[in-house]
Amino acid sequence: MKLWATIKKDVRILLRDKVGLTFMFAMPILLVLVVTAIQNNTFDLLSKNNISLLVSNKDTGRFSKEFMQTVDKLGMFKVVELPGKSNDEEVTTQLRNKDAVVAVIIPADFSVQLNERAKSITDKALSSFGLEGDSTAAKVNSTSALLMYYKPEIQSSFKLSIQSALTSALQMVQSRQVLKTLYFSINEKPLPDSLEDEMLNNRMAIDEKPLTRSDSKEIPNASQHNVPAWTIFAMFFIVISLGGSIVREKSSGSFIRLKTLPTSFLTALLSKQITYLVVTVLQAILIFLIGVWIFPYLSLPKLNMPSDILGLFIVTLVCGLCAVNYAICIGVLAKTQEQANGFGAVSIVILSVIGGLMVPSFAMPASFKGVMMLSPLHWCLKSYYVLFLEGGKLKDVIINILPLILITLVFQLITSIALQKKNLI
Amino acid sequence: MSDYPAVKISGLGFTYPSQSGSLFTDLNLEIQQGERFGLFGPNGAGKTTLMSLMTGLLPFNEGIIELNGQSIQTKDKKINQLFGYVPQDFSFYDELTPVENLEFFGAWSGLNTKQIKQRTAELLDVMNLTSVANKAVTKFSGGMKRRVNLAIGVIHQPKILFLDEPTVGVDVQTRHDILNYLLQLNKNGTTLIYTSHQLSEAEELCKRVAMIDNGKIVAHDDLDKLLVDHEQDGLEGLFLNLTGKNFSQS
Repeated sequence: MKLWATIKKDVRILLRDKVGLTFMFAMPILLVLVVTAIQNNTFDLLSKNNISLLVSNKDTGRFSKEFMQTVDKLGMFKVVELPGKSNDEEVTTQLRNKDAVVAVIIPADFSVQLNERAKSITDKALSSFGLEGDSTAAKVNSTSALLMYYKPEIQSSFKLSIQSALTSALQMVQSRQVLKTLYFSINEKPLPDSLEDEMLNNRMAIDEKPLTRSDSKEIPNASQHNVPAWTIFAMFFIVISLGGSIVREKSSGSFIRLKTLPTSFLTALLSKQITYLVVTVLQAILIFLIGVWIFPYLSLPKLNMPSDILGLFIVTLVCGLCAVNYAICIGVLAKTQEQANGFGAVSIVILSVIGGLMVPSFAMPASFKGVMMLSPLHWCLKSYYVLFLEGGKLKDVIINILPLILITLVFQLITSIALQKKNLI
Repeated sequence: MSDYPAVKISGLGFTYPSQSGSLFTDLNLEIQQGERFGLFGPNGAGKTTLMSLMTGLLPFNEGIIELNGQSIQTKDKKINQLFGYVPQDFSFYDELTPVENLEFFGAWSGLNTKQIKQRTAELLDVMNLTSVANKAVTKFSGGMKRRVNLAIGVIHQPKILFLDEPTVGVDVQTRHDILNYLLQLNKNGTTLIYTSHQLSEAEELCKRVAMIDNGKIVAHDDLDKLLVDHEQDGLEGLFLNLTGKNFSQS
């Protein structure tokens, strides 16, 4: 009766706090939408000719044109050719002014150099086969290199991807020329187009398969990565409203009266735990449903729900319970609402960073990997990823749920000690 | 009615953790069942602190406080069912309606659903709040909020009622209504322990009084007897006579 009356009171207060409700539901939805859209765009950037590449071709030979065609076929770049006579300053000015992150200057002797390199390699190869060829073929003097300008704000990994792609294109053009020269040297006739195609394009395929616990070959998309991660963030961000609500309750006149009534303050905390646990579960359900139903209308990849819905519900419940207990702990320890809000918000951001929500856990420095284990958000994320990305079931996430339950118990223990010290129980 | 005094304080000693000197040293006081008892003194004399000690809001190390023969320091929360507390500050949820507040505090006071419904209807009627029963308290006037504050304190029909400035900031009409209601409660057996700066109101309500100054009870007797003994014709004169201060200095 007392608990039920307290839950009704908490729900009524919650429902009448329109700003608080907006904060709890609309903000996380907005966050998931924005982050997924941005991440999705990053995925598309590398695969759908979306990286603008400015090219200033000072070379008039055929290899530079072949190089540009090969780069275009990679499917990564949108090649924008600048006038060949552009000097370095003009190229960098164009790079600054245009919506591009990389510019390449092909030197005037590009074709000559490439041809010489191909010839040199061919001669060495023929010599090693015991055929006519000059094993001491002069080393090609590299007078000028392909120059790549990039905007410093691009991340190293992104720059490396671009560099690898350009190197691969260069390699293809050079290999083709080596092949042609070699064939001509041996057969004294040009390499047939069909053979050229077969030799250059008949590569062994790389078959992609994500590591899953099911037979699914589905490749995880931006939604599969982001929706679970930011749902966890939203659940833990409840510290702002719940922590604040407990501090408000403690500092309000009603709390003085509550202390004089024949009911333990634990009833009030238990009620908050139940009420806000329902809120966190509702947050998760709402965000998941938006991922499934609304994302496709916004040109975002649809969220594929795990096959084990019961497992998903239990994981969500355990994550929510941990989030709520963390918020209660902060609310009980904090003396003012500013303390609860400030510490609560900053701590959740820190816990999400070390928990792998913002930087993937595999990319963390070794020194952080131990600290990562202390973040409840890390265990929540691991559990969700097993369900959403690996097609796992409840039995597969038990190992991640157990530390989460342990962390929840630690929060409860700290809360209990604080309540006793403050004479509240 | 119990054979024990409503409140019995013996050898009470209390010091605020942040202060060096003791506020109360060896304080003794007895309030009998069914009394209308007033606790007066200048600001900072210790009236609200004493009330907080009597209601268990503040812990103490020296002495004993008993309500109806039971120590207030017992771990058994049942003792809290004995008394009601009407603090000076509004002690309810502004976002809720009077009905919702009474429902919640009624449950916390140990009433069942049927009792809550019955008491809520009675109190809304007595406090003249029926017409606003389902409106959020946040929109209420000061007088209406005072009545809600009082209604919550008495929902479980306590045997002892602690009232800390129950009429502060209300108009004459509301004050009159509140005092009448308190007198009615007392007639039905509720012990009233009251503190206020409204001395004319206190004269109307209290039969016995204690004057506190600097943590000591400087006088404690029937109001009429004290007035005769100190040759005063009103509580205000008695107050100034006993505490040696006037209001502006306190």
